[in-house]
Amino acid sequence: MTGIPADRAAAPLRRGRGRGDRLFHSGVTAAGTVVVLVLLATVVFIVIKAWPAVSHYGPGSFLSSDRWAPSDAVANQADPNPYGILQFLYGTLVTSAIAMVIAVPVSIAVALTITDVAPQRLRRPLSALVDLLAAIPSVVYGIWGIFALIPALRPFGDWAATAFDGIPVLGTVFSGPFSGVSYFSAGVVLAIMVLPIVTAVCREVFATAPCAEKESAYALGATRTEMLRMAVLPRSRSGIVGASVLGLGRALGETIAVTMLIGDNVLSITRSVLGQGATMPSVIANEFTEANQPFHLSSLFVVAGCLLALALVVNALGRLIVRRTGENIA
Amino acid sequence: MATHFASRPEAEPRPGGPGLRRRMATDMVGTGVLWLATALTVGVLLWVLGYAAVQGFRYLGPEFLTSTPPGDPSRAGGGFLNGIIGSLIVVGLATVVAVPLGVGAAVYVVEYGGRLARAVDFLTDLLIGIPAIVTGAFVYALWVTRFGFSGYAGAISLALVMLPLIVRATAEILCLVPRDLREAGLALGVTPARTIVSVVLPTAMGGITTGIMLAVARAMGETAPLLLTALGNDLFVETHPDHRMSTLSLQIFSNAITGFEAAQARAWAGALTLVILVLLCTAVARFVARRSSVTGAR
Amino acid sequence: MTYGNRNPLDSLDPTAMKEPKMPPTAPPVDQQAAARFAPARLDVVDLTASYRGLPAVADVSLTIEPHRVTALIGPSGCGKSTLLRCLNGMHLMAPHATVTGQVLLGGTDIYDPRVNPIEIRRRVGMVFQRPTPFPTMSIRDNVLAGVHLGRRRGRGTHDDLVEQALMRAGLWKEVRNRLKAPGGGLSGGQQQRLCIARALAVEPEILLMDEPCSALDPISTLVIEDLIKEIRETCTVVIVTHNMQQAARVSDTTVFLNVEYAGVPGRLIEAGPTEQIFNAPQQRATEDYTSGRFG
Repeated sequence: MTGIPADRAAAPLRRGRGRGDRLFHSGVTAAGTVVVLVLLATVVFIVIKAWPAVSHYGPGSFLSSDRWAPSDAVANQADPNPYGILQFLYGTLVTSAIAMVIAVPVSIAVALTITDVAPQRLRRPLSALVDLLAAIPSVVYGIWGIFALIPALRPFGDWAATAFDGIPVLGTVFSGPFSGVSYFSAGVVLAIMVLPIVTAVCREVFATAPCAEKESAYALGATRTEMLRMAVLPRSRSGIVGASVLGLGRALGETIAVTMLIGDNVLSITRSVLGQGATMPSVIANEFTEANQPFHLSSLFVVAGCLLALALVVNALGRLIVRRTGENIA
Repeated sequence: MATHFASRPEAEPRPGGPGLRRRMATDMVGTGVLWLATALTVGVLLWVLGYAAVQGFRYLGPEFLTSTPPGDPSRAGGGFLNGIIGSLIVVGLATVVAVPLGVGAAVYVVEYGGRLARAVDFLTDLLIGIPAIVTGAFVYALWVTRFGFSGYAGAISLALVMLPLIVRATAEILCLVPRDLREAGLALGVTPARTIVSVVLPTAMGGITTGIMLAVARAMGETAPLLLTALGNDLFVETHPDHRMSTLSLQIFSNAITGFEAAQARAWAGALTLVILVLLCTAVARFVARRSSVTGAR
Repeated sequence: MTYGNRNPLDSLDPTAMKEPKMPPTAPPVDQQAAARFAPARLDVVDLTASYRGLPAVADVSLTIEPHRVTALIGPSGCGKSTLLRCLNGMHLMAPHATVTGQVLLGGTDIYDPRVNPIEIRRRVGMVFQRPTPFPTMSIRDNVLAGVHLGRRRGRGTHDDLVEQALMRAGLWKEVRNRLKAPGGGLSGGQQQRLCIARALAVEPEILLMDEPCSALDPISTLVIEDLIKEIRETCTVVIVTHNMQQAARVSDTTVFLNVEYAGVPGRLIEAGPTEQIFNAPQQRATEDYTSGRFG
């Protein structure tokens, strides 16, 4: 999950001299090279496809507008860029933030339960159940979100829409009406989808807390929660951050469930989390195969490029943090 | 020594220690919160699975599994036969492509080492993090612009989704194969390639199969990249991957968002079918893992 | 009470001994401290401790007198560490661990379901084989780790408490100028003394030490041995050691456990004044072990 630690990797085999050996070696080297090539090619092809729109409108114009109106686009004319993507960036960040706010504390709690609280014989089944959450396909979460989750969230949404009226920041964030499909609904489903990932990494991190330190805490007369706060959580701090960042990476790129639950409002930023919006993946999923306006498809590749950059940065960061904690602890 | 005790800030009555009762209560509350979060998580899982089962079984039946959707999505009846067949073809092709590449790359990372190998190791992590929809856009640019929407394009995109998952899972398992086994092989004068093929890989076979099954489960449920590559085809059973093709996941998506009750019923039946397929893959993966010589003991 | 007759310290019926009496040979104890702080007597009665139903140590009965250093010795696998961990209930923290019999702390069975194990662990502290300072905490916070439990932070600075505990652990002079530094930065011997200070700061009646010097160099070992003799003035010490010279040097009472072969539980063979165990043992096995013939 967190890369191959140097000491666990097998000794590099000497390259054999026989023909079979050379053939095998070049075979697996080629396979390894494919991995590198795939990543490079993804970047290159997306940039190539995004290039027409970027060079026509200028790179800054995409990030300075929150209005995405393909029907305004006119070919071969220097008109203002109708493809603003700020609202998608905003939607992606807001839904991911909602997901993280819900998922991270719950994941920490679930991971602690599995590693330190649950009776020994419940630990394996519990982690298997949580892992099952990751196995359920995105599209199933989407349809479940529409028909089961949104009706269940409605009472809370309606309450929040009126409860914070007049309060400066909260009033705007929760201004009504609750539209059902919304940032909030998408964020909640994202939280459920991210939860098993964050839990799995947290579980591994918590499991590395040395038994001796836990016993020391108990020997000082600590209760179980005091032991967790003393011997498990402090040393896991950066691991938890890494796990959260990895979860965030997953949340940013999640497509179908969000597409089904966010409402596809591409024309502006909706301030309220109870309102409809769009994310970078959702606009690609919704418009890609029907992009028929000038620079429409190319602009979608601009969105894909931004999403790719964001995902790569966030994931690289998360992996580095998790990897480094792994080394420090071991 | 006496001064040491006289200078204690507050004399607490022994036994018990300070605030023992409050501490026990805090502990109870804390433990309760941990259990509550866990119960909530398991509850959501059961809610999703249970809801899908209840809604899905309303329509899931022989007709659903043996017919294609009606031309008019608002009409009742019909099924996702074309999607099921499409899923099997596309995922099957993707597996055929991804498994040798993934296992090969993992062998390269673990068994040969070196700078490129470490780069592959890290890039695998990055590839796992690439959103599937971006992979779909990449395959569109690479393939669809030249050869059009097709099952092949869909298979390539799914293979790219599966590839890093298989590399990662296989590499982790290969690391668990004891070094002695390799050295024993080499000491007998067997060539490195033979050692890997006939000693290391068979030992790790169970774990590798687990990784592959989990990747297959993931690909089976993947929808986003297929939207941009296989496109979907709701009209008839298409078995030639050179043409645009439907998959189970695509059909669930397109039927769920129609707003017609009949289409939604089909979507739910499809969702249940998909969940069952995916859980079957996961169950097989876990079963194999438990029996595997390397991971079983963990 | 299988071995009860052989145990000279166990000649009295433990249930009749509610009031701990200072043994005549006990070192002089500060009266005020004793009055405030008198450690309770510890009686082990027919104790059997098992993992997954397999007894690791069986049928042990012995008495641990206050203000004494008791050493548990024996070959590896004889269950001496398990026995030690039974004395404050830590044994039950391990998965699939069970205990039968009684451990009476001042007459109260610590395994009585009505007794709060947390209270017991505060009265009976423990130091482990490897030093285990909490790596994210400073030296000061490490010392206060147990003290802070259940107290609202920031209530009193506890500076004097930190100083006392570190003085008693013989570490004060070395760390007084870097109390804010992380505990993991100390040497192995200093870390172990920090752990002792941490245990002492809670002011336990009894301190259990599980091979506290086995991971340390000879000089640190000597420092800690001297420390043990001082600690005895305020609290009872029970130490597990595989080092017979160490047992002879630091302990007042020695308990010898033995195991006949792997797979059977360890048993108490002989307990008595250290002098006697090393010079005039009554059991053949004890003599063989202390004279270095096995183990």
